[in-house]
Amino acid sequence: MPAMSAPVAFSSPSAAFFAGAKTAVTSVFMLVLAGTYIGIGALTHDFGLSSWWLAISTVLVWAAPAQVILITTVTTGAALFEIALAVTLSAVRLFPMVVALMPVLRGPTTRLRDLLLPTHFTAVSMWVESLRLLPSIEHQWRIPFCNGMSAGYMATAAVFGFVGFYLAAGLPPLLAGGLLFLTPMSFLMSTARNARMMLDKLGLVLGLLIGPLLTILDVNLDLMWTGLIGGTLAYLVHRIREATT
Amino acid sequence: MNPLLMELWPYFLMVLVGYLPNEVWRVFGLVLARGLNEDSQVVVWSRAVATAILAGVIAKLILFSTGALAAIPLSVRVIAAVFGFLVFLGARRSVFAGVLAGEIALLAGGFLFSH
Repeated sequence: MPAMSAPVAFSSPSAAFFAGAKTAVTSVFMLVLAGTYIGIGALTHDFGLSSWWLAISTVLVWAAPAQVILITTVTTGAALFEIALAVTLSAVRLFPMVVALMPVLRGPTTRLRDLLLPTHFTAVSMWVESLRLLPSIEHQWRIPFCNGMSAGYMATAAVFGFVGFYLAAGLPPLLAGGLLFLTPMSFLMSTARNARMMLDKLGLVLGLLIGPLLTILDVNLDLMWTGLIGGTLAYLVHRIREATT
Repeated sequence: MNPLLMELWPYFLMVLVGYLPNEVWRVFGLVLARGLNEDSQVVVWSRAVATAILAGVIAKLILFSTGALAAIPLSVRVIAAVFGFLVFLGARRSVFAGVLAGEIALLAGGFLFSH
C-alpha cells in the first residue's frame, strides 16, 4: 500500500509534473475519457460545430456534462438563459469537489495563485485520482504532480475529441450512430456508478423519466424544470427517509 | 451578420453560457473552501438537481436522437440502452462492459432493422 510507505518525493517540480502526466496516461480513466470524448467529438460534428470549437471548450469548460449540454443546445436556438442555467446546475457538483481537494493540495507555504490551476482542472477523473494518490506524496510536490496528471487527462480528452469528430465525419451512418450512442451510455453508467446514496439514484431515475416527458409536452426550459422537479423530489424523499430512521 | 462575426459567435457563446457558468463553481469552491462541507443541505440538494439534469440530457439523447443515431429505430436504441445497463449491473458496475454491451446491441439491431 503506497500510503503505508515513506512519502514519495521528486527532484524538481517538472519531475513531479511528468510523473503526474505519466500516471494519467496509464490510468483506467484513460479508457473512460477516450470513449466519452470520442462520443462528444461525434456529437459536435452532428450538431454542426467545429473540431477546434470542441478542443477549446475541452480546455476552457473541462466538464463533459456541461460540454454536452452546450453542444446540444447552442446551435438549436435555445434561450441563452436556459443554456447558462442548465450548464451552471450541471456544474454545481464541482463546488464540493474543489472544497474537498484544496486541503489535500494546500501546504504551509502554498500561495493562492498556486491553487488556481488545480481549481480549474478539477473534474471527476482528476478528483478521484488526486484523492487516491496525493496523500502518499510529499506536500511540496503535490501541486505539480496534480497539474501534470490533470494536463495528461485534458490532453487525452482533447485528442480523442478530434478522433471522434473525424470518425463521425468519415464512417458509414450505422457506425457513426454507434459513436453518438457512446455519450448517453457512458454518462448513464458513470452516473449510476457514482450514485451510492438513494438520493443520487432517485435523482437519476426521476431525471430519466421527467426529461422526456417535458420534451413531449413541449415545455419551455425543459432541462431546468427536469432538474428542479426531479432533484427536489429526490431531495425531499431523502429528507423524509433520514427523518424517519 | 458579417462572416467573421458569424464564425466567432459559437466561441463567444461558449465563453458566455459555457465557460463562465461552469467555472463559477470551481472559483466558489476555492474561495469558500472553509465555509461549507459536502454534507450541507444546499450542497446535497444541488447535487440531486445536477444529477436529474444530467439524466434528462441522457434520456433526450437516446429517445430524441439526431443525425446518424436517428436512423436507428427508437425501439433498438431503447432496448440497447436497457441491455447495456443490465450488463453494467451484472458485471459489478463495470462502465466499460456496460457501454460495450450496449454498443454491440445497438449496432446489431441497427444492422438488422435500420431504414
